Amino acid sequence: MKSVFHTEGITKVYDTGEVQVFALRGVDLDIYAGEMTVLLGASGSGKSTLLNILGGLDRATEGRAYFKELELTAMKERKLTVYRRDHVGFVFQFYNLVPSLTARENVALVTEISPNPMRPEEALAMVGLEKRIDHFPAELSGGEQQRVAIARAIAKRPEVLLCDEPTGALDSKTGVKVLEALTRINQELGTSTVVITHNAAIQNMAHRVIFFADGRITDVKVNDTRLLPHEIEW
Amino acid sequence: MQAFNKKLVRDFWRLWAQSLAIALVLACGVMILVIAIGVERSLTETQSAFYERNRFADIFASATRAPNNLKREIEQISGVSVVETRITQFAILGLEGITEPAVARLVSLPPSGEPLLNVPNLTAGRMPTPEATKEVVVNETFALANDFQPGDSFYATLNGQKQLLTITGTALSPEFIYLIGPGAMMPDDQRFGVIWMGYDPLASAFDLGGAFNDVSLRLTRDANPQIVQDELEKLLVPYGGTSPYGRDLQSSHMFLDSELTQLRAMGKSIPPLFFVISAFLVNMVLGRLISLEREQIGLFKAVGYSDLAISWHYVKLAIGIGLFGVILGWAIGVSAGYALATYYTVFFHFPYLIYVNSPDTYAISGLAGIAAAVIGAMRSVLKTTKLSPAVAMSPPAPTRFKQNIFDKLGHMLGARQPVMMIIRSITRWPMRASLTALGISMSVATMIASLFMFDSVDVLMESAFFQSNRQQVTLSLAQPQSRAVLADVENLSGVLRAEGMRTVAAKLSNGHLSRLVGVEGRDPGMDLSRVLDARNSKIVFPEQGVVISDRLANHLDAVIGDELEMEVLQGQRGTYRVAVTGIIQKYFGIGAYMDLDFLSALLQQQPLVNAVNVSIDATRIEELYSDVKSAPNIGGIVRWDQIRQGFSDTIAESSSVTTTIYSLIASLIVVGVVYNSARILLSERARELASLRILGFTRSEVSFILMGELIFLTIVAIPIGFMIGYALAGLIVSSFSSDMFTLPLHVSRGTYGYAGIVAFTASTASALLVSRRVNRLDLVAVMKTRE
Repeated sequence: MKSVFHTEGITKVYDTGEVQVFALRGVDLDIYAGEMTVLLGASGSGKSTLLNILGGLDRATEGRAYFKELELTAMKERKLTVYRRDHVGFVFQFYNLVPSLTARENVALVTEISPNPMRPEEALAMVGLEKRIDHFPAELSGGEQQRVAIARAIAKRPEVLLCDEPTGALDSKTGVKVLEALTRINQELGTSTVVITHNAAIQNMAHRVIFFADGRITDVKVNDTRLLPHEIEW
Repeated sequence: MQAFNKKLVRDFWRLWAQSLAIALVLACGVMILVIAIGVERSLTETQSAFYERNRFADIFASATRAPNNLKREIEQISGVSVVETRITQFAILGLEGITEPAVARLVSLPPSGEPLLNVPNLTAGRMPTPEATKEVVVNETFALANDFQPGDSFYATLNGQKQLLTITGTALSPEFIYLIGPGAMMPDDQRFGVIWMGYDPLASAFDLGGAFNDVSLRLTRDANPQIVQDELEKLLVPYGGTSPYGRDLQSSHMFLDSELTQLRAMGKSIPPLFFVISAFLVNMVLGRLISLEREQIGLFKAVGYSDLAISWHYVKLAIGIGLFGVILGWAIGVSAGYALATYYTVFFHFPYLIYVNSPDTYAISGLAGIAAAVIGAMRSVLKTTKLSPAVAMSPPAPTRFKQNIFDKLGHMLGARQPVMMIIRSITRWPMRASLTALGISMSVATMIASLFMFDSVDVLMESAFFQSNRQQVTLSLAQPQSRAVLADVENLSGVLRAEGMRTVAAKLSNGHLSRLVGVEGRDPGMDLSRVLDARNSKIVFPEQGVVISDRLANHLDAVIGDELEMEVLQGQRGTYRVAVTGIIQKYFGIGAYMDLDFLSALLQQQPLVNAVNVSIDATRIEELYSDVKSAPNIGGIVRWDQIRQGFSDTIAESSSVTTTIYSLIASLIVVGVVYNSARILLSERARELASLRILGFTRSEVSFILMGELIFLTIVAIPIGFMIGYALAGLIVSSFSSDMFTLPLHVSRGTYGYAGIVAFTASTASALLVSRRVNRLDLVAVMKTRE
């Protein structure tokens, strides 16, 4: 299988002056095309730091990270912006929608700067929000807001979708709906999806689960059978 | 230190840049208030001390020749406390070093040598001894301009007799604080002076032995000036007297008074503008701070701090900002005020300066400054009292937006989402957007309202110097003479063309309204000095009737066709009725014009002229000067090219300084408003903008969202500023205009352009300064945090 992400000895050290905090201690990892991967670990285990480096938001102290043939760790800020713009879809824990834009406009925000986007209406239909298209974020529930955020992330047809605790702020029932949307996109569009969570229940819907602790990968598990989102409970 | 106060100090540090931006705006207001009050009081105090110590007269009048024993009768008028009779005349001077003739006003000293009124204040040397006939005191500024010391001598032509006069001293007089020569428009210290000399030599030179032609009075405290003036006029009429007038029409006092009025107006009108803008800025900054500290406020309340303690905490922050501005304003104001008062002292030729630097100036300006900051803080502070601890500690409800008509417009125009964000932000907080725009507008208006003066003066100069008065020289005659004198003038060296005119002092009345004016009689063929209509074309006077200036028409409430009563106040006095046949715009003085033949017929005289306008061969000017110096019947000479030059120089000198100061002040307002608005927008949107950066927006695309709103508001605000500026300029013109001087209202495209560019540049620079912070947005934190 082809890798979309490949890392070699990624280390991240936060130097606070008095103490050095190791967030990542030499992580080697491959994420494959079309795969749904769950990064699982307690908070502070380094999974978010890795996601930030893969997403081009943060820099590694040591080691190399590649997106296909692009070496992310060698790219300047300007190039990283273009990389995020053209290849990556982000989903945040707290949705990060623009409150002054409607659902459709929040999606259009991204499609307007993408080379090959889908129509905002189409993206919203994929997450089941075709009826809420002209609502402002304040008029939507948390689950709906997160689905708008997913529609916004996938509307540019990104090769990878990076989700940081996408259900972290939601109850289980709404969380399931969000996971359904992610699964559907992974299946229908073949988008490689990385979900980080500390919610162990979610691991069962992934192709592969990567366990993090203390800045290292402690285990990798391949699910032979995957659960559908509505079969998951927490 | 209490923990609460530590927080205060740290908050203040954290907000230093924004506090400074507000403090600078506030400081402008405080500074102008300190300067205006300080200078106005100092000048008023200095003026009244000088008037009092040197016994400036209350009533002035002149006559042709009144016997000295009339003085006793004048003293009998009820309400008169002191009477001084004098001889005053004009003389042409021959000064070394300057070829053109200078003119001096001669003022006689009483035989005792000690004047009772309008006492000259000696600044060097001594007064002439009573028996010396060639000793004189000259005014200090004239001596300085010509480098005269006591002991120096110069030639003067007194009624045709050339005399060598010796300077014994220099002096300043309350009567000549502002000194302007006959026919001149600007003071010219080198070519116009005042000469005080003994009564006897003046009386013999002008054939006024045992007589006087000028009288001044001091009144008792309970006197009725109008009654005294009427009584005095009755006494003087048989001796060719003109209407007596009070200090309000004395030219030096009039000028000084109009300057003081302007200073007072400045002190009252400009600072409030700065205070209002500062209050708005404090409101904005504190409002944001309090919404950011919402959870802390909840905590303070939860642990038991009272509403009052919390409110007082934020009010103290506002007071801190206010104090910062006030101290800055005081510091600049006190030194600038002293410098300006000193400048005025020299400008007006006061012998000394009583600088009034009273504590209440600081109290008033300080209180006003701090009050502005506290009032600005009030709205946000009151909000803290309404927050219940439970509500305050949970995150605020998300801002609700609604679709509105502007959205549809945006969609119709195919606006991209960043533009929609800008539109929604403006329409969601219209008050904030309007106040921001208004702040910028006011700065544009401030520049226009100060810089338009130069445009107006340009118009005035073009009209007065290039369209109306095209003669190079005006000669005033000692006595009115027949038109035959024009041929004599044309025979003087270098004269190409000579045109005569006649000015008669008269009182024009319409019903109970009246004004003293000089009525000018002009020949229809006059082409050097022209009277122009609004379209700048020459007015040919009808054979009958009087043409008056619009200001005079206003005073008399007269329109074309009205009949005015014209009381001639000199020579053979008489009262006539004349119809108003035209009304014209006039910038200098309040004029009235007639056809010379009509005026002469009215006065039942041969046509006489008392001033001659001359065009000359510039290469022969020196010869003309020497001819004029020896011509007995020429009483004065005005060189228009020098007036033009003096005017231009004065304007150019003050222009660059004024432009710099006002551009600086206006830029401070813009920086204060835009910098704070940008910081607040950035603070409110930091998370949103960082999210956009994560989604792949470039720094410049994100900066556009931040700056776009402010640039848009600036672009909207600038034309509004133009309109407010024009209206302010109109107010200034009307408050500035006096009977001596009317300023045309004209704002050039250049001024609009300059004001617009300065405001736009200052606004863009402030927004850019803040948008650099976009580079420092923490993208990683945004992934994880809730607002």
